[in-house]
Amino acid sequence: MSLIETRGLCLGYGNDVVLRDVTFSIDRGEIVTIVGPNGSGKSSLLRAVIGALQPVSGSVTRAKGLRIGYVPQQLHIDATLPLTVRRFLNLPHRQKASDIAVALTRAGVPELADAQMAQLSGGQFQRVLLARALLGRPDILILDEATQGLDQPGSASFYRQIEEVRRELGVAVLMVSHDLHVVMAASDRVLCLNGHICCEGSPEVVADAPEYRALFGTGTQGTLALYRHDHDHAHDHDHGHTH
Amino acid sequence: MLDDFLVRAALAGLGVALAAAPLGCFVVWRRMAYFGDATSHAALLGVALALATDLPILAGVLLVALTMALIVSALSERHVSTDALLGVLAHAGLAFGLVAISLVPGQRVDLSAYLFGDILAVSPLDILVIWGGAALVALLLILRWQAMLTATLNPDLATASGGNPRREQLILTIALAITVAVAIKVVGALLIAAMLIIPAAAARPFARSPESMAVCAVAMGALSVFAGLYASFAYDTPTGPSIVSAAALLFAISTGLSPMVRGK
Repeated sequence: MSLIETRGLCLGYGNDVVLRDVTFSIDRGEIVTIVGPNGSGKSSLLRAVIGALQPVSGSVTRAKGLRIGYVPQQLHIDATLPLTVRRFLNLPHRQKASDIAVALTRAGVPELADAQMAQLSGGQFQRVLLARALLGRPDILILDEATQGLDQPGSASFYRQIEEVRRELGVAVLMVSHDLHVVMAASDRVLCLNGHICCEGSPEVVADAPEYRALFGTGTQGTLALYRHDHDHAHDHDHGHTH
Repeated sequence: MLDDFLVRAALAGLGVALAAAPLGCFVVWRRMAYFGDATSHAALLGVALALATDLPILAGVLLVALTMALIVSALSERHVSTDALLGVLAHAGLAFGLVAISLVPGQRVDLSAYLFGDILAVSPLDILVIWGGAALVALLLILRWQAMLTATLNPDLATASGGNPRREQLILTIALAITVAVAIKVVGALLIAAMLIIPAAAARPFARSPESMAVCAVAMGALSVFAGLYASFAYDTPTGPSIVSAAALLFAISTGLSPMVRGK
């Protein structure tokens, strides 16, 4: 049984349809990455999956008792709101101090419990968000461009943290990302969106699909070039592709 | 000398501070300053409605403030940039309210009582209503505190952890309308928003947690009420504006002190 399954999902705001006919599912322990250009419906899909956006048509089915750990795209905390990391992790439900310590350690920031949220660096902030997502003992982590605003080493190290968490806890991961080269390599499956699902499959299949290349170019972009470079070295390129 | 009317005024002012200060924290955290303006200015329209239909003033104000708050709340959900729109609503509410009151036939109304409050004339019944409303607002905030804080940080985050940010927004909206309705007698429609925002802002430098900020804001509000009443009594200045002036001075002092408080 899949953790989350969508069928013929159609999403929109008012009269604008941003995403149509999305059917996909994610299983226990899987890493699925969603890529696509700006405005392609990536974030909308995640919002529908967590229940924050009602579908225009189609359905989202979540497994019974599914626990979701959500890491939002950006979380702006107003400077007028005093909030320590510990207090933040106690929202909306109070947590045991020992659980908080474990979650912060897993997220790689064990020393930050008493820091003010407003004073964290970008990387620290995302790790605290990750810790908060882990506190609910999630079956699935859902990350919406969680490394936006981090530099390349910063986001690479964040994704290593995610992979480590997955190895330790066996959670599934569903994420939206722009860091194609980092993310795609770590994924079991990639979903390429542009108003609908253009193509999907293993990272290798998607990176070679013409629909994907039409969206992201064929190596002129730095990030993609880097990815394909690694990829070309790892695989014999003349076999096994279904286009 | 403890004049009876001064005691009543102080009690009324404290009641308003009790509701407005913690609610004001949310207004500040959520950047809803214009939201408070629009709602409280619309209260004048409520006064006009009450005068025209022989409803009690409280009911008229509550009704119109709630309507305005719901409209603003719905609009701000739909549009990303609502700054200009909220500005229009805030001032339109005020202007239409003033026009509407002038059109009510048969009575010459003391407008300044509604614009700037008439705290020295509160009756024991007024005090009862103010404290009733304040207690209701405080109760709503205490019951929904955790959920409202989460929704304030990020609506999607709240939804993902099983909350309902729309419900929290609605409760805040209702609390705001109640506060406006009970505060109009004390500080007047023009300055209610000030009693929401200034004590909260003045409390910020001293707070390390949302809870301590709310408590500190109540203290700041109460201090402003006492200082304003005293100044009004001693120098014969208008009471509502004196209270808000005192709050503004407290804000200036606490902001000036904040580098020392934070140890930087």
